[in-house]
Amino acid sequence: MANSYDLIVIGAGPGGLAAGIYASRSKLNTLVIEKGVVGGQAATTEEMENYPGFYLGVTGPQLTGHMHKHAEHFGCNFLKDEVVDLDLTGYEKVVVTKNGRYTAKAVVIATGAEPRFLGVKGEKELKGKGVSYCATCDADFYEDLDVVVLGNGDAAIEEAIYLTRFAAKVTIIVIHDEGVMDATKVIQERAYKNDKIEFIWNSTLEEIKGDGIVENVAIKNIKTGKVTDLETNGVFIFVGTVPRTELIKGKVELDQRGYIPANELMETTVDGVYAVGDVRTKYLRQVVTAAADGAIAAVAAEKYMQEEENFKSEVLDKAKAIAVMFWSPFHQGSLEMVPLVEKFASRHSEKLDMVKIDTYRNQRIARRYDVKEMPSVLLFKGGEVVGRVTGDLTSEKLEKLATLA
Amino acid sequence: MLEVNKENFEVEVLSSKGLVLVDFWSPKCVPCMELIPHVEELEGKFEQVKFCKLNILENRRLAMGQKVMGLPTILVYRDGEKVVELSKDFTHEDLEAKLIEVAG
Ligand SMILES: Cc1cc2nc3c(=O)[nH]c(=O)nc-3n(C[C@H](O)[C@H](O)[C@H](O)COP(=O)(O)OP(=O)(O)OC[C@H]3O[C@@H](n4cnc5c(N)ncnc54)[C@H](O)[C@@H]3O)c2cc1C
Repeated sequence: MANSYDLIVIGAGPGGLAAGIYASRSKLNTLVIEKGVVGGQAATTEEMENYPGFYLGVTGPQLTGHMHKHAEHFGCNFLKDEVVDLDLTGYEKVVVTKNGRYTAKAVVIATGAEPRFLGVKGEKELKGKGVSYCATCDADFYEDLDVVVLGNGDAAIEEAIYLTRFAAKVTIIVIHDEGVMDATKVIQERAYKNDKIEFIWNSTLEEIKGDGIVENVAIKNIKTGKVTDLETNGVFIFVGTVPRTELIKGKVELDQRGYIPANELMETTVDGVYAVGDVRTKYLRQVVTAAADGAIAAVAAEKYMQEEENFKSEVLDKAKAIAVMFWSPFHQGSLEMVPLVEKFASRHSEKLDMVKIDTYRNQRIARRYDVKEMPSVLLFKGGEVVGRVTGDLTSEKLEKLATLA
Repeated sequence: MLEVNKENFEVEVLSSKGLVLVDFWSPKCVPCMELIPHVEELEGKFEQVKFCKLNILENRRLAMGQKVMGLPTILVYRDGEKVVELSKDFTHEDLEAKLIEVAG
């Protein structure tokens, strides 16, 4: 396995897989690193009804299985390993896994989210012994048995409906008033119509009990404070998710809840580092939006690499001094000064060359060199800035710059 | 890996001397399917352990009798007594560490 790549994607959920497809199709040498199951959270649900184009009963694992093959078809590399450390500070990013060390020019963080732990007594002890966060994994145990589902969002209600194919009875515990759920209307209606589903409103779980295996739960009515015991064989908890950003803390800016804010290009606060899917601050966390994010990040990363490489070969690596003019087609003043700077450069062509950067298209390099005013000319020598002029670019200012070349 | 079920579980696991590993799985459990090749690899490394797998689809009651109600789960028995219990979020590395602990 090679160690150096153009792009490394961390996580192979739908977001990471779409990034892998787009990047490898554009011939970027791409590595997707996944610690667990390719497909991520989407591979844990049978009920996948809203991915565009797949209305005839595709399951989560089938859909992500196709995405996996699609990425491999374009030559994307996959590695089963866990990323444990990152150094994102330089142009070359370092990705450390349990078993290796890899480098890339850009990194896509697609680590997704994981089920939120409820934090009640008995939950940890009885995990895998009746307490579950994955209906498809465990539904088979509950044939003709009773289960409790906690939660009332789309995932909770859809998984509850799925469980009715196996269980005798599914009791959904909803924290809101009777008739109020976070799930979309169509899904709510389907649940109301299902004979095997019962609801307990205004309530939450207080404790999960059992001797080595779930036997009953204590349900607390949050209005009256009354606690009642209910016998059950299983408890499925779907109370939202938390982002997997432990690894990224302190390296990329996170929001208060631990998600990664990214702009329209999926760029994070670190150059060459992108965030896609459930791990980023966003309105709708679904397969389709994760995939869209992945596509955008791969295209943005490709452009970033091109720009950085051009800048390196045309400016930083040049022996000769380079006058870099930052201009913008939307800044009238800077547009007018382009010919002036061009003339200046040809006057001194024996000691300097000129490169123009359109800051409307590329703000990153301007930001890196703290260029705030348009136009600005920075003089580079041996990869370093040796002089700069900004604002009104008079001939005197420019001539003075030439003396530094 | 030896396929165990209702018929042979008593003989092959509970009354068996020494260390016996049982991998509880089901074809619908994606993480279980991912784990199996790694468990098979470990089978080659730990010759003193008998490796078995149990498909819970056909042996649900049996699994529940062993207090297994979630997948993936791996149990290791010594002389019929449970000595290792791994369930849900564990990796094959975790399993290997546990096996080194009990099998030396
Ligand atoms: C029960 C359930 C039902 C759902 N139903 C639907 C539905 O019907 N329709 C829909 O559109 N969406 C549904 N969703 C939501 C959908 O699954 C997610 O929005 C989507 O999977 C997000 O994709 P992602 O790529 O951002 O992250 P994830 O799918 O979370 O994948 C992230 C991946 O990164 C890996 N990873 C994390 N950290 C590391 C590390 N350090 N090193 C290596 N790998 C790492 C993880 O193992 C994981 O595989 C459902 C979710 C759940 C839980």
